[in-house]
Amino acid sequence: MIARLAREKRGIEVVGHGALRNTGRVAKADVVLTTSGLKGVTLYEPTELVMSARSGTPVYEIEAILAARGQMLSFEPVDLGPATGAPGGALSIGGVFATNFSGSRRISAGSARDNLLGVRAVNGRGELFKSGGRVMKNVAGLDVARGLTGSWGTLAVMTEVTFKVAPLPQTMQTLAFVGLPDDLAIEALNIAMATPLEISGAVHLPKNCVDRLKVPKLKGVGQSLTLLRLETFATSIDERREKLKAALKVYGKPIELDAEDTFSLWSEFRTLSMMPFSTETSLWRISTLPTKAPEIVAAIQKFMDVVAFYDWSGALVWLEVPAAADAGAADVRRAVAVRGGHATLIRAEPEIRNSVEVFEPLKPEIERLTRGIKSAFDPSGLLNRGRMYANF
Amino acid sequence: MPHIELPEPDVGVLRRLPILIEGLKSRVGQDLLIVDEDGRRAYETDAFTAYRRVPMLVVLPRTTEEVSKILKYCHENDVKVIPRGAGTSLCGGSLPTEDAIVLCISKMNRVIEIDYANRLARLEAGITNLQITAEVAAGGFFYAPDPSSQLACTLAGNLAMNSGGAHCLKYGVTTHNVLGVKMVLIDGTVVEIGGSALERNGYDLLSLVIGSEGQLGVITEATVKLVPAPEGARPMMIGFRSPEAAGSCVSAIIAAGIIPVAIEYMDHAAIEVCEAFAGAGYPLDAEALLIVEVEGSEAEIGILLGRIAEIAARFDPKTVQISADAEQSARIWAGRKAAFGAIGRISDYLCMDGTIPLAQLPHALTRISQICAEYGLKVANIFHAGDGNLHPLILYDANSPEEAERAELAGETILKLCVELGGCLTGEHGVGIEKRELMTTQFSPTDLAVQMRIKTVFDPTWRLNPAKVFPLAITNVMRAGDAASTPEAA
Ligand SMILES: Cc1cc2nc3c(=O)[nH]c(=O)nc-3n(C[C@H](O)[C@H](O)[C@H](O)COP(=O)(O)OP(=O)(O)OC[C@H]3O[C@@H](n4cnc5c(N)ncnc54)[C@H](O)[C@@H]3O)c2cc1C
Repeated sequence: MIARLAREKRGIEVVGHGALRNTGRVAKADVVLTTSGLKGVTLYEPTELVMSARSGTPVYEIEAILAARGQMLSFEPVDLGPATGAPGGALSIGGVFATNFSGSRRISAGSARDNLLGVRAVNGRGELFKSGGRVMKNVAGLDVARGLTGSWGTLAVMTEVTFKVAPLPQTMQTLAFVGLPDDLAIEALNIAMATPLEISGAVHLPKNCVDRLKVPKLKGVGQSLTLLRLETFATSIDERREKLKAALKVYGKPIELDAEDTFSLWSEFRTLSMMPFSTETSLWRISTLPTKAPEIVAAIQKFMDVVAFYDWSGALVWLEVPAAADAGAADVRRAVAVRGGHATLIRAEPEIRNSVEVFEPLKPEIERLTRGIKSAFDPSGLLNRGRMYANF
Repeated sequence: MPHIELPEPDVGVLRRLPILIEGLKSRVGQDLLIVDEDGRRAYETDAFTAYRRVPMLVVLPRTTEEVSKILKYCHENDVKVIPRGAGTSLCGGSLPTEDAIVLCISKMNRVIEIDYANRLARLEAGITNLQITAEVAAGGFFYAPDPSSQLACTLAGNLAMNSGGAHCLKYGVTTHNVLGVKMVLIDGTVVEIGGSALERNGYDLLSLVIGSEGQLGVITEATVKLVPAPEGARPMMIGFRSPEAAGSCVSAIIAAGIIPVAIEYMDHAAIEVCEAFAGAGYPLDAEALLIVEVEGSEAEIGILLGRIAEIAARFDPKTVQISADAEQSARIWAGRKAAFGAIGRISDYLCMDGTIPLAQLPHALTRISQICAEYGLKVANIFHAGDGNLHPLILYDANSPEEAERAELAGETILKLCVELGGCLTGEHGVGIEKRELMTTQFSPTDLAVQMRIKTVFDPTWRLNPAKVFPLAITNVMRAGDAASTPEAA
């Protein structure tokens, strides 16, 4: 199919079930190719912690199959649908690896990319190829599979992905420290991450973000919350909680959430429920060093009202800013450039997403390599043209 | 005779050697060059010692800028370059050719920055693996990938090979523990790939670079993740009556939702040799031994090891022994980590590195014994069982070319078996020259073309680390000047 389109040099927009269609730039395309028909789990070996699925398989189906055997996708894929006005629950497993958007547990379990083992894919030349495999360790040849993550369908259409799965934790708890300013909160999170307690979630929500939480136990707190999730065996969770409290004694006495509340709370983060869809605001995703994150937010805050959600102990910031002609790009990019990291525009009107840089602009020598890779996979520029960068 | 073909040296380049030496001297100074034959001979091989080629020149730069000047000069003068760290590659990854310059970065071994608050360290890539952990241990951290060669091997070599180690079951391999690299392209351009943030900006070029075996550029610096040291760790040893029982036990541990930090397997032959070497108390009467290590607090370790012992009991073990103290734990690991060396004391060996799906373990071990018997050779098996990475060590006599060739053929047959069983040619040691021709058993011509086009983007004239990774016949064509035209799938 792609081979034919490639011969005819027709531009192709690659979509799964549309969960990500309102994110990124709008591809210039003559035809839409959807992977939504490519469904189903093709291999699942619980004792080897490995699964293969066709790329259009919805993530919720995969998670249900895994849960039935006491397992999970450890990297907690984030469904941007609800936050971007696209359908919720439509996220496909191919979309997860194409964007490499991982959730809170990335801090301990690695990203989607880290858990990817192999792919089958079709490039812009119409060639079907494979990379990686179904075993945990594989260094034969270049790691093309992981190289495809984060390429947003601009290099190849993944048809099947093979990835690592993990046992569900036996139990979980959350400690919520109350009222910390952003910089102290990030400090506390990183002290926790430097302990051997295997924290599996480290989030800070400033007050205006807390006000949007749904979990009853935290809804009315009216102050910032600094959240640490512990997941482990039932026999060790109390010991770890007490150790964590001791390590963070100077930050106050935390609210404690049991397994059930912990589950609901962290599920909210998986759909960014605190950043609901709105045309009055835009949403950015900023990757930086934890210690720089509060500075970046404070710097942007000087120019506009923001709502920030710090994940990964500050290494990731979701930032809501008022809608503007450039979605705040000038101020956001400047604040990030000075302190290191990169920012991606996630939510804005399509015209804006096509007029500003959605992805952080590349340095010239990296752009040269990036264009080289694009043309190695897709010499005629047919796949998702313009989806990441305006010119290719 | 060992039968891996090495390319004939380019006499034109050798003739120009005096000019090349002068050219490099004027750019980076005499001090960095090793010109005399004795000096160069030290670089003639790596840990795949059956193959040796003395390089025409060795350069030992101290800075990225010098690396850039050297590469630019080689590029302009059409000279091949072999990037090298400590030369511990087991697949001939850093084997020179006689018409190439070895660019060894072992002198670039400084710590640039340790950032405990953000849990990362920036290092020159010639630093040894173990030194990284030594530098950050005082802060309560370590660098996770732990190849058995960690005392000698460099971070650059680890990055180029995507090296793993015994504790990778929990902590992942090199690619999971690196945030960014500084790399010099063949034309001298210095690029920063990745950075210090967790996420990559744009295409994940870092994934392409890690494990690229010196094919894409010369890495001079890297930013790695630091992991908090566990409160405690303790191994246990379980001796089984059969490989099947050991294999099933590994599956049962994982099925119970327990992911130990390490599950290492040794067969009877390996147990005997390693015990004689380390005196670790390995059970000499067992057909298969699992070393299972867990981490946590004292209480957690006790509970987890207890549960693993209960699971193991279902498989009728001969012995179940939890390490009594730190001293015994150290000996248990010393024996395992010295396994290659211990076996090397009794015989020459070829170390295989295939990976298989765990369920295939008993079948694979039976077939490996058969294959080696067919070639009239003995084998000892060591195995990162938790992630399916097999290390059959094929014993042979290096003084007999005929036996060496049989060993290579047995090895090839074993690796093909791994691919057939759903695994792969190499789990952590890399392709190098050793498995180059076998790549066609794991990959289709299209799969290889996809990889080779990426190589061409970074190294358009195919001058970096020649005659490795891809089948020789194809790379000869690429080097002959055809590289600019993209390889087409046959
Ligand atoms: C006794 C023993 C035990 C071992 N145990 C393990 C193990 O447990 N796990 C494991 O994974 N491996 C193991 N190895 C293999 C080997 O140690 C690793 O592959 C190691 O990473 C090689 O590092 P090095 O510095 O010696 O690299 P070298 O051997 O010098 O080079 C290895 C490769 O890296 C390339 N390279 C070197 N420097 C650079 C650079 N600056 N830029 C780009 N490319 C470069 C070379 O061209 C070559 O392809 C073992 C080897 C031995 C001898």
